[in-house]
Amino acid sequence: MNKIGETINKRKKLKHNIRLMNEESRVNRELDLDIPEGLYDKCPKCGKLTNMKLNIENDYICKNCGYHFRMRAIDRIKYILDEDSFVEKGIGYITLNPLYIEGYEAKINKYKKETSLDEAYIYGFGQIYGEPCIIGVMDSHFMMGSMGSVVGEKVAKTFEYAIYKKLPVIIFTASGGARMQEGIFSLMQMAKTSAAVAKHCSLGYLYVSVLTDPTTGGVTASFASLGDIILAEPNALIGFAGPRVIEQTINQKLPEGFQRSEFLMEKGFIDQVINRKDLKKTLHQILQMHRRTV
Amino acid sequence: MNILDKERKLQVLEKNISDLGDSESVSKLVEEVEKFKKNEMTKLSSWDKVLLARHPKRPKSRDFIDYLSKDFIEFHGDRLFGDDKSIIGGIGSIDGIVFTIIAQQKGNTVEENIKRNFGMPHPEGYRKALRLMKQAEKFNRPILTLIDTPGAYPGLGAEERGQGFAIAENLKEMSRLTVPVIAVVIGEGGSGGALALGFANEVLMLENAIYSILSPEGYASIVWKDSSKAPLAAEQMKITAADLKDFDIIDEIILEPFGGAHFNPELTFEKTKKCIMDTYYHLSGLARTELQYQRNAKVRNFGFLQRFNYDNLKEVRK
Ligand SMILES: [Zn+2]
Repeated sequence: MNKIGETINKRKKLKHNIRLMNEESRVNRELDLDIPEGLYDKCPKCGKLTNMKLNIENDYICKNCGYHFRMRAIDRIKYILDEDSFVEKGIGYITLNPLYIEGYEAKINKYKKETSLDEAYIYGFGQIYGEPCIIGVMDSHFMMGSMGSVVGEKVAKTFEYAIYKKLPVIIFTASGGARMQEGIFSLMQMAKTSAAVAKHCSLGYLYVSVLTDPTTGGVTASFASLGDIILAEPNALIGFAGPRVIEQTINQKLPEGFQRSEFLMEKGFIDQVINRKDLKKTLHQILQMHRRTV
Repeated sequence: MNILDKERKLQVLEKNISDLGDSESVSKLVEEVEKFKKNEMTKLSSWDKVLLARHPKRPKSRDFIDYLSKDFIEFHGDRLFGDDKSIIGGIGSIDGIVFTIIAQQKGNTVEENIKRNFGMPHPEGYRKALRLMKQAEKFNRPILTLIDTPGAYPGLGAEERGQGFAIAENLKEMSRLTVPVIAVVIGEGGSGGALALGFANEVLMLENAIYSILSPEGYASIVWKDSSKAPLAAEQMKITAADLKDFDIIDEIILEPFGGAHFNPELTFEKTKKCIMDTYYHLSGLARTELQYQRNAKVRNFGFLQRFNYDNLKEVRK
C-alpha cells in the first residue's frame, strides 16, 4: 500500500474509534434514567393511563393491575445489582450482514440509536447484596431481543467468563427467538449457547435463568430452559412456537393463560414464578446458598 | 417453470416416445428429450431444491434405513409419556458396524403422513432420541441421525409438554456425548426441530436437501407479508447444501442422481452409505474426549461477526 492510502486508512480508523468512544459514553450517560415528571403511558394489560415515574418507583409494576412492564436491559441491571457494581464485558462486537439482506444494517443502526446498546444482550460482572456473579440481560426493545451471531457469541462468552472467574451465572431472557436476517448462523447459536451452558454446568457452577416477557423460539429451545434453577416473572409469555403460529396450525383460539409463566409452572417446567419485588432478595438467597468455599 | 413442471413435461415427452414405437420421428424426439434433460433439468434454482427436498416421491428416512442396515431393530418410546411416530429410533449394523440410528420420518402416503405427523416431532420424540443417544453413549456406539422435518410441531400438546425444553436438553446433552455423531440432512432441515438431532461431529447433506431457520414461506410472509414470494425468499435465505458448505456449516455434500434422489433411490442410498462410512472411519480414529472436543470446537466457531479491536482505542485515548 502506498503512503497516501495508509494515511487515509489511519484517518478512517481514527474516525471510527472516536465514534465508538462517543457511543460508549452515551451508554454510560443513559444508565441514569431520567423520566420527566409528567410522562404518562398506557398499561398494556388494564389499558389505563399511568404515570411512568410512579410505576418505576413501584418497581416497574403497574399500580393499578400489577402488570410487570418490560424492562430495558440497563434498567434491569440497575434494578437487580448493587449500585456501581456492574462492570460490562464483551463490548465492541459488530453485527454483520451475512446474507446481504437489504436494509438490515440500517435497522440495526436504528435500534442502536434507540436503545443505546450494541446488540440485544449485555453481560458483565456484578454483585447482588455483595454476592458476586456474572449477569447477562437480554433487551426486547432491540429487535425483539432476537438472537443473531453477536448475541449468541456474547452468551457463550458469558459462560466462558464465568468459568474463568469461577462464578455463577444469572441470565434474564427476553426474546422473540432467533434472528431470521442472519439465517442459518442464527440457528447455530442455539447449539453454541447450549454447549457453553453444558461446559459451565459440568464444572459444577450454578446457572439461574430468569424468564421474562416474552421468551420464545430459539432462546427457549436453548440456554433459557437449561438453568439449574429456572425462575419466571408473573404472566410472562414463554414458549417455543409463537401463539399466532399455533393458532394458525390448530385452527382454533388458544385458551386463556396458555404459555404464560403460571401455566408453565403448573406443567412442571419452572421452579417458581416470582414477583419482581422479591426477585433481588431471592436471587441473593440462591447465590448465598450456592457459595463455594474453595 | 419450476422443476416439478419440468418433471411432468419430461414424463409426457418420454411417453410420446414409447407411444411412437419404431417410427421415423423417434430419433429426433429422443434427441429433443436429451437436449431438454441437459439444458432444462440440470440447472436448479434454490426454489427448485426446496420443491425437490419436499417431493412426495423423495425417499424417506425409513427407505434409507432399510437399505443401509439389513438388521435394524426399532426401539419405541421415551419411557416418560409415549411414542412419537415422527421419529424412528433403534440399532442396526452398517457394513458390520453397529450404529444407533435416529431419524425423522415423513410418510410416503397420505395415511402414513398423518400417522407420522408429517415428520414434525413432539417433545416425546426428542426425549426418545435423547434416551437412545444416552444408550449409545453407554455402549460406546456411534450415532447416525437422519434429518427430514419441516420443524418441531407447533401445537397445544407440544407446548404443554415443553417443546423448547426438550430441544434444549438434546442440544446440551449432545455436546457432552463422547461417541461419534454423524448427521445427514436427507430432505428438509427445518429450524430448531432439525438442529435437535443435528449437533454432530460431521454434518452431511444431500445435494438437493435444504436446511434453514424457518420455511421460505414463513420468511416471505414476515418480510413481504406475502407467502407467495417464497421462491425469492429461498434464494435470499441461502438454504441449499452448496450455500451451507460455503458457510462451513456442513461438511460434505452427497451428490444426487439426475433429476433428484427419487429418480434413482438405489444410487442415492449407495452414495450416502459410502459417505457415512468414510466419515465414520475418519472419526473412529479420535479418542472419546477428542470427539467431544471436536464437536464443541466446531460449533463454537459458528457465527458471522466482527469484534472491534480495543488496542486501537487505547491509542486514541492517550
Ligand atoms: Zn395496568
